[in-house]
Amino acid sequence: MAFASIYIPNFLVQSVVRAEPALRERAVVLVDGNPPLEKVVAMSEAAARAGIQLSMTKSQATQFSGIEIRNRSQMQEKTAHAALLDLGRSVSPRVGDTAQDTIVLDLAGLASIFHADENIANELVRRAAALDLLVNVAISSNLEAAIHAARGFSGVTIIPPGEEAQRLGCMPIVVLSPSLEVRETLERWGVRSCAELAALPLLQLSERLGQEGVRLHELARGASQRSLELAEPSICFEEEMSIDYAVAELEPLAFLLGRLLDQLCARLTARSLAAGAIRLRFDLERSPENIYRSLDGKPSGEPGPSIYEKILTLPVPMRDSKMLLRLFRLQLQANPPRASIIKIYLAADPARQRVAQGGLFLPSSPDPEKLELTIARLTNLVGDSHIGSPELVDTHRPGEFRMNRFAPSRNESLKNRKSGKPATGFRAFRPSLPLRVELREGHPARISFRGMRGEVVAASGPWRTSGDWWQEDPWQHDEWDLEIHFRFSPAIHLERTSAPCPQRGLYRIYYDALRGNWFVRGIYD
Amino acid sequence: MAQNLAALRAKIECDLRGRASAPFDYRERKFVETASVGIPEIDFLAGGLPRGGFTEICGPPCSGRTSFLLSALASRTAHAEVCVLIDGSDNFDPHSAQAAGVELRQLLWVRCRNIDQALRATDLLLQGRGFGLIALDLSDIPPKTVRHVPLNAWFRFRRSVEDTQTIFVVLDQEPNAKTCASLVLRLGSEAVRWSTMMEAHTADSFAYPSAWLLDGVDFRAEVLRSRIQQAAVEGHRGFASASIGGDTGIFGTKTIWDDPGNLLLESQSKELKKTG
Repeated sequence: MAFASIYIPNFLVQSVVRAEPALRERAVVLVDGNPPLEKVVAMSEAAARAGIQLSMTKSQATQFSGIEIRNRSQMQEKTAHAALLDLGRSVSPRVGDTAQDTIVLDLAGLASIFHADENIANELVRRAAALDLLVNVAISSNLEAAIHAARGFSGVTIIPPGEEAQRLGCMPIVVLSPSLEVRETLERWGVRSCAELAALPLLQLSERLGQEGVRLHELARGASQRSLELAEPSICFEEEMSIDYAVAELEPLAFLLGRLLDQLCARLTARSLAAGAIRLRFDLERSPENIYRSLDGKPSGEPGPSIYEKILTLPVPMRDSKMLLRLFRLQLQANPPRASIIKIYLAADPARQRVAQGGLFLPSSPDPEKLELTIARLTNLVGDSHIGSPELVDTHRPGEFRMNRFAPSRNESLKNRKSGKPATGFRAFRPSLPLRVELREGHPARISFRGMRGEVVAASGPWRTSGDWWQEDPWQHDEWDLEIHFRFSPAIHLERTSAPCPQRGLYRIYYDALRGNWFVRGIYD
Repeated sequence: MAQNLAALRAKIECDLRGRASAPFDYRERKFVETASVGIPEIDFLAGGLPRGGFTEICGPPCSGRTSFLLSALASRTAHAEVCVLIDGSDNFDPHSAQAAGVELRQLLWVRCRNIDQALRATDLLLQGRGFGLIALDLSDIPPKTVRHVPLNAWFRFRRSVEDTQTIFVVLDQEPNAKTCASLVLRLGSEAVRWSTMMEAHTADSFAYPSAWLLDGVDFRAEVLRSRIQQAAVEGHRGFASASIGGDTGIFGTKTIWDDPGNLLLESQSKELKKTG
């Protein structure tokens, strides 16, 4: 049985650099604490070479030139750790969560896929790079040896069975995390490496250092035995970023959003999942000037909410970060936040990835991802309520329907076609047009609307309907179907429609008994 | 002179190399696949709706354009094709569409407020491939406004839909697309059919309007332009052939009355099926 340990060196800095890849080659310093007593808690190698030391105050660190100072972010550390677990689960289902910067994988059964331990280690390094993480990987048949080798050696380390003591021998004792007292004692004895510690007689070491001495001795020999504690599987995909300087424009916001979406999609890819929906939340700056200024440049007279939320529901699960960013951009253009943004939070609802292959004999249909993008663009053009698929509602109120999200069926034959003659088409006027009606014996005889006047040559009605009397907007209509011969073509109609007055028309009109007026509902066409 | 022409031609061909294979040759005529409108008389008259082609349906109000459109949408959605209606003036009535057999789940309805929105929406949708039918309904937009649509917009639409399986239909009051259209049909109304259960000699719609029902309308269709071989029917292919119209046909429609009770029964039966 073999174990692989993955360790993220300089975890605090890497968790911040992961969100800002441009910092990777720069001297980065992380500070933590309450202002103005913030102190340096972590730094990159470049910063250490420049002379920065731990526990320096922030004001001291700012004296160095070319230093990028960032606040320590616990949320970014949490997401980096979640990404590390996703990396482990992308290879093995048995993952142990050892520490925030270290995990252990059980490699049992992976030989048939990867053939050699070197391939597993290289694949882990490659996948970690896709998640913007630089990791050390060590593989050993001893779990503790793997953990300490990953912490002590950079890059990939493979320890063959039986060679643990030899390979760990050159590591400093600090890697074994001894207590401060024991460490000082060993320093006084001149014992600095694992090999030197492993060479000490166990009995005498136990007499002088107690159980910790025995534990350190076993660790130094690579002989410590313990079983793997499996981490609870989690499918929580969240990314968060605090912004030092509030973002007020769409372009820089899209850049940051793109970074987070890249990370989110990389994590989903590592788990062979996709996003069914993505929840976006912005924390907005609450300053007096932002009460009067919004992102779209339009003045807003009243303070808006301090949180902006948006849910991007996807027609099919997807993990293309570029596509998702385009969809978010369109949504943000249509409905921009009312103030500058100081924090971005993204969460994906994971779903199984779509199987692309459709039926061979089905008609072609639009690509779901492209269709969603097209609909988002059309929504920007015509408005959210003006696009979708209509659905009739269960009511007798004339002309009622609701607009649904467009989700065409892809794999079934729809046989709703009525046989026989085609149906007479009807065009509805929205809203209904006011109408003047001359009655003869209680029936419409002449009508005029839109500058047209005509005589009724045939009529059918009245068809009385009413309803919703128990609600605030009751209705009571007497409907008529009228065949009209238009005899006059006044100039006013020509001006309004630039079309000659039709000779004949077939209209559905109604008398609204509650309002006491006549209206044209529409035309048969 | 002849040498100059030959040199000029060679130069143009050389300049356009890589962009146009043979700029002076006629384009090879392709097979035209057609789909049924769902109205046998129209299928017989025009050969169906050309896929990858531009069809223009024109006529005054109450000339059967909407009946034509609903029938085409019903025919295409019945084959599980995804259809789009770009409604230039928000006049589409989902109730009559469902009554006509249109599968509303398969229909993307874009409700525009003006012609600019309608044209921009058409551009966006034509770029997204895979639709079975895209209909641009400009029926209630004043002809004067539609006349101002530049010809290059119609050319762009034609080029976008070319070499695809999409049927592109435009409904307006006058033919505007000119040579861009593969098929132009002009519709008009012939007669309105009323029905009554009363004796013929006592039947007077003025005296007893409640005894009468609108039975349907007969419409007249005339082919103004067609590049489709008339024998082509759905599932078959024919060589494209140009013809100047003049052929006419009559088709009748039937008024189907909304019955919300049916809708209720339908939803109840679906629930019953679900619960097993």
